[in-house]
Amino acid sequence: MKPVLAVEDLTVTIGTRRGPAHAVAGVDWAVQPGQTLALVGESGSGKSMSVLAATGLAPRTARVTGRVHLLDAELTGVTEERRRRLRGRHVGFVFQDPMTSLNPVLAVGRQVTEAAEEHLGLTRRAARSRAVELLDMVGIPSAGQRVDAYPHQFSGGMRQRVVIAMALACEPDLLIADEPTTALDVTTQAQIVDLIGDLQRRLGTAVVWITHDLGVVAGIADTVAVMYAGRILEQGPVDAVFGAPSHPYTGALLAARPDPTADGADLVTIAGAPPSPLELPAGCAFWPRCPVRGDARCAHELPPLVPVSAGHQVRTFYPQPSDGERR
Amino acid sequence: MNQRQRADHELGTVVPADGGMPTQREPAEVVAELDDLAVWFPTPTGVVRAVDGVSLRVRRGETLGLVGESGSGKSTTGLALLRLVEPTSGSVRVAGQDVTRWSRRRLRAFRRRVAMVFQDPQASLDPRLTIGASIAEPLIVHRLTDGGAARRRRVDELLGMVGLRSDLADRHPHELSGGQRQRVGIARALAGEPDLIVLDEPIASLDLSVQAQIMNLLRRLQRELRLTYLFIAHDLAAVEHMSDRMAVMYLGRIVESGTPAQIWRDPAHPYTAALLSAVPVADPQVERGRRRIILGGDVPSPVDPPGGCRFRTRCPQARPACAETDPVLTEVDPNHRAACLFAREAVRAMRW
Amino acid sequence: MSAQTVNREGQLRRVLAVLRRDPLALTGSLVLAVLVVVGVGGSWLAPSGINEVNVDQMLEPPSWAHPFGTDELGRDVLSRVMIAARVSLQVGLVSVGIAIVVGVTLGLFAGYYRGWLDNVLMRCMDVLFAFPVLLLAVAIVAVLGPGLTTAMVAIGVVYTPIFARVTRAGVLSVREQVFVRAAVSVGASDLRIMRRHVLPNIAAPLIVQTSLSLAFAILSEAALSFLGLGVQPPDPAWGRMLFDGRGFVTEAWWLGFFPGAAIFLTVLAFNLVGDALRDVLDPRQLTVSEARRSTA
Repeated sequence: MKPVLAVEDLTVTIGTRRGPAHAVAGVDWAVQPGQTLALVGESGSGKSMSVLAATGLAPRTARVTGRVHLLDAELTGVTEERRRRLRGRHVGFVFQDPMTSLNPVLAVGRQVTEAAEEHLGLTRRAARSRAVELLDMVGIPSAGQRVDAYPHQFSGGMRQRVVIAMALACEPDLLIADEPTTALDVTTQAQIVDLIGDLQRRLGTAVVWITHDLGVVAGIADTVAVMYAGRILEQGPVDAVFGAPSHPYTGALLAARPDPTADGADLVTIAGAPPSPLELPAGCAFWPRCPVRGDARCAHELPPLVPVSAGHQVRTFYPQPSDGERR
Repeated sequence: MNQRQRADHELGTVVPADGGMPTQREPAEVVAELDDLAVWFPTPTGVVRAVDGVSLRVRRGETLGLVGESGSGKSTTGLALLRLVEPTSGSVRVAGQDVTRWSRRRLRAFRRRVAMVFQDPQASLDPRLTIGASIAEPLIVHRLTDGGAARRRRVDELLGMVGLRSDLADRHPHELSGGQRQRVGIARALAGEPDLIVLDEPIASLDLSVQAQIMNLLRRLQRELRLTYLFIAHDLAAVEHMSDRMAVMYLGRIVESGTPAQIWRDPAHPYTAALLSAVPVADPQVERGRRRIILGGDVPSPVDPPGGCRFRTRCPQARPACAETDPVLTEVDPNHRAACLFAREAVRAMRW
Repeated sequence: MSAQTVNREGQLRRVLAVLRRDPLALTGSLVLAVLVVVGVGGSWLAPSGINEVNVDQMLEPPSWAHPFGTDELGRDVLSRVMIAARVSLQVGLVSVGIAIVVGVTLGLFAGYYRGWLDNVLMRCMDVLFAFPVLLLAVAIVAVLGPGLTTAMVAIGVVYTPIFARVTRAGVLSVREQVFVRAAVSVGASDLRIMRRHVLPNIAAPLIVQTSLSLAFAILSEAALSFLGLGVQPPDPAWGRMLFDGRGFVTEAWWLGFFPGAAIFLTVLAFNLVGDALRDVLDPRQLTVSEARRSTA
């Protein structure tokens, strides 16, 4: 099957006054039609930046290298204008804070179909009925009236539904969801996770879901890539990665969450902090904090991504036993 | 002795700091107590009933967890314990004194007794002050140390207690990581040796691995210094992990209270059950197999809460009686209370 | 993210960096430096005394002996402009000083306590603010009588509402910050919170406002003196000299030109420095890496 979006050897380097910051230091991932790829990592891991750069939305100070394929098009070689059109037509975005994604002085109906008017050439009248349809589809009650309301008249969860309707207006092949539930309450998060999954099944949209919440990943992802310091440390089918985490970092992350079914012993922590993107180490970036520690090789040589089972790859010289020591 | 065993002990039992078995049976002293507290704020759109009839007790040496979503009133409840908000009715008692109507001047000295750790460690530290100056503020305000040298020693000691090097005292907040800043916030809270520390979402804005560090630190400090916590969070798993007892809030009220074990294994209020089912678990097999209770709609406005049971507008099991009667917290098990006319029964009906 | 997260050495380094990058700001600072030297040492530096009347040399045009020419009494205009610099600086500093002390205090209390105090104070400021600046100054001078002191008081009163407003606006945003609530929670008194937490965090807009007000205060003094309500003859003041020179515009342009130029340069210098300070203290001027470092 041909992936909807695939990146190869993607790097993003941001020029700062103190030198180049390696936000993304070479990643490969792909998302298949109708599937969900979860990019998971802590702040600064490069999970958001890799997606922004892949879709041509990296900040202007960033230098992006590598190859990006969106459906049949190669995105890295084309003009900015062509990239903008491809993105507008085929990719929808949902960001963390629904309030900043919406224009406060424009009725939501207009915003929902703004892109569709441009990319699909809808008339005003057609756009309005399409807006009502979309708002109805994302579960906004009495969409016919709410179409003329303004963002501040909606609750946080309802606003995120509006943003989702906006993202789906052009019937995109790919939905990019960047921490879409982080700003929401847990019961609202459940609603939104449910909604996106439901829409995905109905519309066959592929989803790249960026999050730091391993619980959300477990519920939504088909495949997962764990990022750290601009690289993927482990990726594969969600059951393989969660069931048998092979990288010490993945294992430590999973163990850092309090587990209500376990006893109340102290939580597993990861000492120290991630390296600065200004000075990535030559070897494994996680080595200084690694509970396994390994040897001098870890410090000087970058471990390659090696397969441990079907589709399950890990970037370490010391893959953990497959039965996994989660606790 | 671990958290789970502690939680299973009778309410208010003291666990000695050395981790041995409890040595006394009579309940520990009540450090803080809210009685039918209401905090209403006038706003242009009407009176917001942020807290609307909350009663709770925190005993020495324990952690009371307070969980709820935004707008539940959990943070306002915490602020009320420091008398940082004006109670509309009800009473606030701390360390045996009724401080409900105390003047601003009297409250200043009282605030040594209760300290607070805030959600956003970046925002809660004055960017113009050094770390040392922020930690020393309670020492200066309450004249707890004699002279600069003694103060400096105490600041060093406090930094050591929260696991920071003493040379960080001369740094400014922006030079520290998020986790380090939250340790500074905790050091400041410890400075006045308070009877109670209100932890208002202390881990919510931190990365996962740092959250675990801060939770471990808080529990270690509690063991070593016999601290008393009110742990406020929206993160159910964190509250479960941290607390000896917990209370679930919805729209200005406590809807269920009990030990974390009771609430986690056997929730009696439909809201608690829905909340628990909404918490994602980092296990794909569990996630695929579980049945979620998805609540419809949004939390109603605290300006105009529904009559009768406040949860009835979103409750999958709402019945005609729920619109008539405002349920009170009633015991469903020893030390386990729920404010639902059909406690347990409604939850069972939702599951099957 | 805010300007305050940058510590002091950082700010000094940034000031120097801005000066290096921005030639206008550098020029402004140099002019100010010269002005201060002249203002402080004017009576020693000036080639002749301010009131050395020399009837042989009346209304001489600029020459090597008298670079700025002489006036109708044969006095050296250069010396008078230099010595008048002290008066102008004094007026600027004292009047803005009055405005800062009164305005910042009022704005601090109004913004911190809100409520009726805020209403009463700020409505008074609104009334003061609504008067045209000169009209208000003229009214005050009319009551207290003309002279340097009254001019300074009048200008100070005129600029008080501006400082009150800038301060209040800053206080309103800072008092909502969590660190202020944190200070309340440890039991700090209101005065301590205002002094230790609020004031330092609104210093940036106040510094900028001060530099701009200094320029306007010197202009106001010139205007008052021009109207004969400020410094009284024979003491020199730039505005007064401009006023006295108006009768000689055609036959002796230098009488008005040089004091006028001094006012122009001083005001310009203060404005340039004020603009540069605003840039330095504006949080949006932080580079990406600095911003990231301070939020990481």
